[in-house]
Amino acid sequence: MANSTGSNSAVKRFVAHAQVQRVLPWLFPIFVLAIWQLSSQAGWLSTRVLPEPWAVLKAFWSLTVSGEIWTHVATSTWRAAAGFAIGGGLGLLLGLLTGTFRPAEMLLDSSLQMIRNIPALALIPLVILWFGIDESAKLFLVALGVFFPIYLNTFHGIRSVDKGLIEMARSYGLSGWRLYTQVILPGATASILVGVRFSLGLTWVLLIVAETISAQAGIGYMTMNAREFLQTDVVLVGILLYALLGKLADLLAKGLERWWLRWHPGYQVAAKV
Amino acid sequence: MSQQNIDIQRAALAGIALPLSSPLSVTHAKAGTPERKGTGGAEVNAVGLTKGYAGRRVLHDTDLHIAPGEFIAIVGRSGCGKSTLLRLLAGLEPADAGQITLDGEAQSAHQSDIRIMFQDARLLPWKRVLDNVALGLTGPDVKERAREALAQVGLADRAKEWPAVLSGGQRQRVALARALVHTPRLLLLDEPLGALDALTRIEMHRLIERLWLRHGFTALLVTHDVSEAVALADRVVLIEDHRIALDERVLLPRPRHRGQGFAAYEERILDRVLQQPEGLSVPPEDTLELHPAHLVRWAI
Repeated sequence: MANSTGSNSAVKRFVAHAQVQRVLPWLFPIFVLAIWQLSSQAGWLSTRVLPEPWAVLKAFWSLTVSGEIWTHVATSTWRAAAGFAIGGGLGLLLGLLTGTFRPAEMLLDSSLQMIRNIPALALIPLVILWFGIDESAKLFLVALGVFFPIYLNTFHGIRSVDKGLIEMARSYGLSGWRLYTQVILPGATASILVGVRFSLGLTWVLLIVAETISAQAGIGYMTMNAREFLQTDVVLVGILLYALLGKLADLLAKGLERWWLRWHPGYQVAAKV
Repeated sequence: MSQQNIDIQRAALAGIALPLSSPLSVTHAKAGTPERKGTGGAEVNAVGLTKGYAGRRVLHDTDLHIAPGEFIAIVGRSGCGKSTLLRLLAGLEPADAGQITLDGEAQSAHQSDIRIMFQDARLLPWKRVLDNVALGLTGPDVKERAREALAQVGLADRAKEWPAVLSGGQRQRVALARALVHTPRLLLLDEPLGALDALTRIEMHRLIERLWLRHGFTALLVTHDVSEAVALADRVVLIEDHRIALDERVLLPRPRHRGQGFAAYEERILDRVLQQPEGLSVPPEDTLELHPAHLVRWAI
């Protein structure tokens, strides 16, 4: 018994080491990559099913050198950004409106809650009928999916601002626009940012679907094209690109949180390190 | 306490030389109350205040007069309506009946003369300490005035911090600075020290008393701590059964020490508070814990 607790604390001390902590998250992915590479080389995995990591890396390199990849990434990123801006902007605007004014809530909220329950992807047939397979169809899908998380979290954020703070600010002579910008909006920021992070994740999911339906450029187009020519390595490059861009978007949102919520005790720990 | 006595004590504490004609010893005689011009305190007059919530009566036909520059403490059991009285005076809520005047004019015309210190400091967590103090100020020298107020509560060096890193006592000091920077003529204190530890509380008593003496505003402190009331107030008012049940002048020289006279006041008021049978106006969750009487100092 004593022996096992002794080895336990030794493990704990090892894990607590700063350098070990930096390496630890990478161990598992590296292990998986190694197994993957080995099984491909040994012929257990057909290259049609899963090409070896090295081949994926080579495909990535040749796409980069030819410059093809950049046009696709740029197209997809532009679509994501535009769709996010339109949907997120509208969500923010309507959330602020319904959160602030009771009549607006009564007028709009129940309808919006109803529409919210329709999965954005279920609208694809209708979207194709409306917009064809044009650029606007993709933007519409992304904007629609992004709209609701931001709308809901903005509404909730505005409503849950500490009533005591509002009462205090009013008694100190703040009202109207000053009350809004100095108390209500900052109080809702944390909640709004939760919506932003959630939406950013959704943006890429929706974009992938939209781009695989029909496109002349973009990462989705690249992977669908590669599928037709059985270029599994290029398909994998496309999937990895989505993962990478999603991660970048999340980092951006985290950065925003860290800046806008730097007053928040929950975000100050990271700042001190 | 008479206006004259307040003047004398204030002058003595603030280290101001008194005119030779003034009696230096603090007399307890009730002198006439001459209207002081040019002082910061507002005269508060509340007549026939009545307030209820959802049919439950909280205050009934309550009258209260506060002389300019007077420091008054309201005590009473939980739920007796003392905080409601403060909220009515602050204009946070309308009274069902009755009226409140400041210097003879309707209180609503004097909103900017009234400032409140809440039970929780209510600092805006997303504004730095200095910007919290400057809240609601307008004019070219906002930052300067805020910095000066912050210096008065001894927190000039914390101006750039976030409120989240301050201790409870420091937050209340910032809240005090935020109230004082508006040079209020009536300062309402809603149990602002309730959540602080005993030592911090004594420090805060000294600070509040010093700033009250310097600025001369009228102060109304709602508290459940009888000893705090005796330490600070010129008059201690007890609210019971929806109205004022006791109005006791505390004629002790300032700064007050916990000596013989202090204990006598404290005991008398506390006895009066406890005299009321349990359960009349007290909600069930506020029943008193049973401690030996000599251990209880502010158990209401």
